[in-house]
Amino acid sequence: MADDGARGNVGRRGFLKGAALGGFAAAAAPGISNAQTGVTSPTSPAGVKQQADAAQAAGQDSLRKPGPTPKNVEYTERDEGATYTSCGGDYMVDVLRSLNIEYFAAVPGNTFMGLHEAVINYGMLTAPNLRSITCMHEEASVAMCHGYAKIEGKPMAAMFHTTVGTQHASMAIYNAYADRVPIFMMTGVALEADRRPGAVDWYHDATDGPAMVRDFTKWDDTPTNLRSFGESAVRAWKFAMTPPYGPTLLAVDTQMQEDEIPGGEAKRPPIPKLPSIRPPSGDANTVREIAKLLVAAEHPLIYADRCARTPAGLKMTVELAEVLGAPVVDSGNRMNFPWRHPLNQSRRFGPLRNQADVMLALEPGNPFDLVTAKRAGGELRRALKDGAKSITISSVELMPKGNYQDLQRYAGDVDIAVEADAEATLPYLIEEVKRLMPASRSAYDARAQAHAKAHLDELNRSKQAAVYGWDDGPVSMPRLAMEMYDVMRNEDWSLVSDSNFQSRWPQQLWAADKHYQYIGGQGAAGIGYLTPAGLGAALANQKHGRVSVSVVGDGDLMFGPGCLWTAAHERIPILYIVHNNRAYHMEIMQMQVIANRRNRGIDRLGIACGIDNPNINYAQMAKSMGVYGEGPIENPKDLGPALRRALAVVKKGEPALIDVVSQGR
Amino acid sequence: MKHLGLVLAAALALPAGAAVAQSAPKGDTVHGKNIFVSYGCYQCHGFQGQGSNAGPKLAPQPLPFDAVDRQLRKPRDRMPVYTHKTVSDQDVADIYAYLLTIPKAKTVAEIPLLK
Repeated sequence: MADDGARGNVGRRGFLKGAALGGFAAAAAPGISNAQTGVTSPTSPAGVKQQADAAQAAGQDSLRKPGPTPKNVEYTERDEGATYTSCGGDYMVDVLRSLNIEYFAAVPGNTFMGLHEAVINYGMLTAPNLRSITCMHEEASVAMCHGYAKIEGKPMAAMFHTTVGTQHASMAIYNAYADRVPIFMMTGVALEADRRPGAVDWYHDATDGPAMVRDFTKWDDTPTNLRSFGESAVRAWKFAMTPPYGPTLLAVDTQMQEDEIPGGEAKRPPIPKLPSIRPPSGDANTVREIAKLLVAAEHPLIYADRCARTPAGLKMTVELAEVLGAPVVDSGNRMNFPWRHPLNQSRRFGPLRNQADVMLALEPGNPFDLVTAKRAGGELRRALKDGAKSITISSVELMPKGNYQDLQRYAGDVDIAVEADAEATLPYLIEEVKRLMPASRSAYDARAQAHAKAHLDELNRSKQAAVYGWDDGPVSMPRLAMEMYDVMRNEDWSLVSDSNFQSRWPQQLWAADKHYQYIGGQGAAGIGYLTPAGLGAALANQKHGRVSVSVVGDGDLMFGPGCLWTAAHERIPILYIVHNNRAYHMEIMQMQVIANRRNRGIDRLGIACGIDNPNINYAQMAKSMGVYGEGPIENPKDLGPALRRALAVVKKGEPALIDVVSQGR
Repeated sequence: MKHLGLVLAAALALPAGAAVAQSAPKGDTVHGKNIFVSYGCYQCHGFQGQGSNAGPKLAPQPLPFDAVDRQLRKPRDRMPVYTHKTVSDQDVADIYAYLLTIPKAKTVAEIPLLK
């Protein structure tokens, strides 16, 4: 505790200062430094004695017993009169910048004003820039980090109160955890009771705040001095960025943020070194065994889930597939495989699995579903044919936790489970496959050609299916997808939302081959993710000059409409398209099953699941927060021109929103 | 919440082009259109019966009436069950009559965005 002496030591000594400071504060003009006034700091022992003497001389007895707080004097253990030129907050900013953290998303809160002020007045004004992003909900702060990381491949920071902030943020944290995404999170906490001057401060504090999200964070810590903060911050970043990625959390003491660096600038702790992180890869013998199986397989199948962590992961998945002439099924949780690549067989998983003699699953989120099928009577059976091998390469089980069931059901029919990062293993696997390939590629090329034909057939089938309801309102999903694509296709575009609720029409009809062109979904299927995560992704895309487009459900948008204000305030270019089916549509389908099973019909389900009566005018809502808005658009013919107008706004660097009254899916 | 398969699964099991509309009972197309919405058919199958990832295409050219009726009364997969208490035989006939009125769609060649 080298810094103990200078960390507001008076604050640890009870009520004395609160009463004494009244007299002192009246004597010292705010904004004048101790050096200028020659006044001893009231946080030093000498300062306390000076105040006590002054109080006694004035005949006050408030130092001897607790009493009512003097009128017009705020009861606080903060040293309101002291000024200083170096502070813990600035050191923390430097630590964050050493980790290449560019953004700090927060709803302001008094438990972290010390760091937040440092971000604004130090981090934002000196290089490398650390920019404060103002959010309107802590869930939005964390979800922005979620989307940002999936584009940029590294964490940005979010900070919130220990209690009320963490509670607000918790759903977004769980989504990020389940989606294996790195996020650097901090909470403000007043470890020292004397730094909780009012009732609200006590409500906002917890002795172990990170406990409430410990089930779904990778790691947390509560450092008690600046040196420890530096070390824990680097460790938090390191853990977040080691596969499986995940959110980490530091509870950062208010006093440590706010006060002078103990001992002054000369005693500023060093910034710990961040090593180059090497994720775990499969061992050589196992990789050789898998390569041998793949090369010998007549019908290999590659299932790619969250395997393309980086652009290199996408390229390597393609390389492995092309070397083998093997079909790839992309889960849709990442941009794992180009959508129009001839070996992309994402819509043929069932038949390909039935046929497969070797199935290799890369970072599968739900391996049980991959290897298990149901018989007609509901009985479970092994999905692969007899003698077929099922292989997984996944880092997920390197970090098992109980309670939350994100690991899914146990997959008992996996034959080889490689507990390692798939992307880190792919270079070795590709090398080994190439080494084992026979001189003649004819069989592999023939297989690839057959899959290329199947891909083309599937594309044509999708086009045939897209025509139904094309000119009708509400707008059909394929019509929406193709109107969007028509205005985006000549841009450097990035779809920063999930496509599941649009029946995966983008994957069916668009061409996409860059890792940032699609980022997948929530992770834990928690609603309220799409709007802020898309904004975070757009923030990451902004510096690359990409056009970010997000299709958000009306229900999702209404979880966090304040994101629209953040988009306008921070001037983040993004085109939001509201998939406005005027319902919690997923739920109305599910409740329909229940109601009909009870023979009650569904006439009344709108009471619970409808988002109508009144209909929400999302364009007006957007405009009210400074975002360009159009809609509601009910006629499909109006959609293309509206999208072009909105895209022009986005290309100028501003957000825009188009409200599209649409089919359910 | 994902991958819900509220599907009219029987439709998938029957041969394409097997529509035998002439065997369907007479129905009220206007009423059928109304209850296609109020009974929630559109939720999975779309307002024009075009289908989605939650339920297959029903129209144009619906499958034989008996197949549709059977799937409503004793559904396979996760399609909601519709008993006589929630959907009468006449309702089913009306819905089917509405499905028969849904016109043939444009072809891919007629839609520039799909070329």
